[in-house]
Amino acid sequence: MGGFAFQFAAAFVVTLSLALVSGSLGTVFGLLLAVSKSAAAPRLSRVVTAYTTVVRGVPELVIILLIYFGGTTFASMVAGRYVEVNAFTAGVIALSVVFSGYATEVFRGAIAAVPTGQTEAAKSLGLNAWQRWAFIIGPQMLRLALPAYGNLWISLFKDTALVSIVGLTDIMRVAYVGAGSLRAPLTFYLAASALYLTLTTVTLVSIRFAERRYPAFGR
Amino acid sequence: MLDAVAVLSSGVGLTLTLTALSLIAGFLLSVPLAFIRAFARPSLSLAVLGYTYVFRGTPMLVQLFLLYYGLSQIEAVRASVFWVILRDPFWCALLTFSLNSAAHTTEILCRGLQSVPKGLTEAAAALGLKRLQTARLVTFPIAFRISLPAYGNEVVGMIKGSSLASTVTLLEITGMARQMVSATFAPFEIFIVAGAIYLSLTSVTVKAIQFLEGRLSTDGPPGTRRRLRPKPALCEPEITTPTP
Repeated sequence: MGGFAFQFAAAFVVTLSLALVSGSLGTVFGLLLAVSKSAAAPRLSRVVTAYTTVVRGVPELVIILLIYFGGTTFASMVAGRYVEVNAFTAGVIALSVVFSGYATEVFRGAIAAVPTGQTEAAKSLGLNAWQRWAFIIGPQMLRLALPAYGNLWISLFKDTALVSIVGLTDIMRVAYVGAGSLRAPLTFYLAASALYLTLTTVTLVSIRFAERRYPAFGR
Repeated sequence: MLDAVAVLSSGVGLTLTLTALSLIAGFLLSVPLAFIRAFARPSLSLAVLGYTYVFRGTPMLVQLFLLYYGLSQIEAVRASVFWVILRDPFWCALLTFSLNSAAHTTEILCRGLQSVPKGLTEAAAALGLKRLQTARLVTFPIAFRISLPAYGNEVVGMIKGSSLASTVTLLEITGMARQMVSATFAPFEIFIVAGAIYLSLTSVTVKAIQFLEGRLSTDGPPGTRRRLRPKPALCEPEITTPTP
């Protein structure tokens, strides 16, 4: 078990960086989609709705498998020789897609919850579209979205465990290998649960802190 | 592509069985737990919170492996009568999914129970209903209606979560797809078909929940329905939170 402590530490970093990278990418992508869905032509917003419906209706595991195995086939086809997409890249792409799908809906809901009077007042003051999003709708929307957005991060940390199935050496994978080699599955999976519980607890506490620090305006 | 549709459709049965059974078991388990969590004295409520917190805070994959691989490490479990059940991947998956679903559903129902207006239970007490009658006839039906949108998310989550059963050798939709990919090596077609099947299952579920919400809502035109109950007071009406 002693030798596995270092492996668990390395795996913890892998899990953490996977979650942070895909969460950040997913947030950016989700914000863009939510803004375009709220502002743009109905045709574009229908495309965004289709995207979020598909992403939210398909298991995360299937998306990860599709991107990992499908990505390898696709990259090999493009390159003309066998190219393997590494598990971390596939994981980042898959989890960003999933996160952006949920984040779009959260942000869209929050944008819709900002009173229209705010936009109208901003227009009457002569602010242009960029200024309206940056100074009026943006700050109010982000505060409204915070609780649901925090839940997405908790789900994301749990979903990272699925990437171990395609071979990424994250916490789950180290537990699996350790359980097999030392024939002590209970110990290793309990250790893995404790690590995941730590990650979700830290996320939960920081979100609660952020909620208290930045409550929705007018509440 | 057509082969994939034919083969993967044979996994739909197992996916639906796993989902339905674990949702039913989870729901039955969560109703008493939700009442304890919402109304019992703090020590009991905290105990239930401990259970839901651990199950909601760790990945379902870890829970599944803990039950499937982990329990065999304890000699007492291998010797006991439960071993017949616990060495079978189907029952292990079902047990994990049920416990996980129960944890999520408990928190959902608890929030519903807590948002039932106090005046209603007081009115029920004034009418001479006993505590169990109040819970059965007044508190629970209203709480269920309030919780229905969030519970819909849980149902969809369970359909998607059942794909994890493929990791313990069960051949449901994802299991079938992975087996087929390793035989044919055509990942695009097969996983896209699998995704499409899941998407149709989840879409039908979402529609069914919406229909049920419409049927149970009290917002209909007056006269068509006896207006016995007030409008459900939602906690966060503007954002429907996808539960983790």
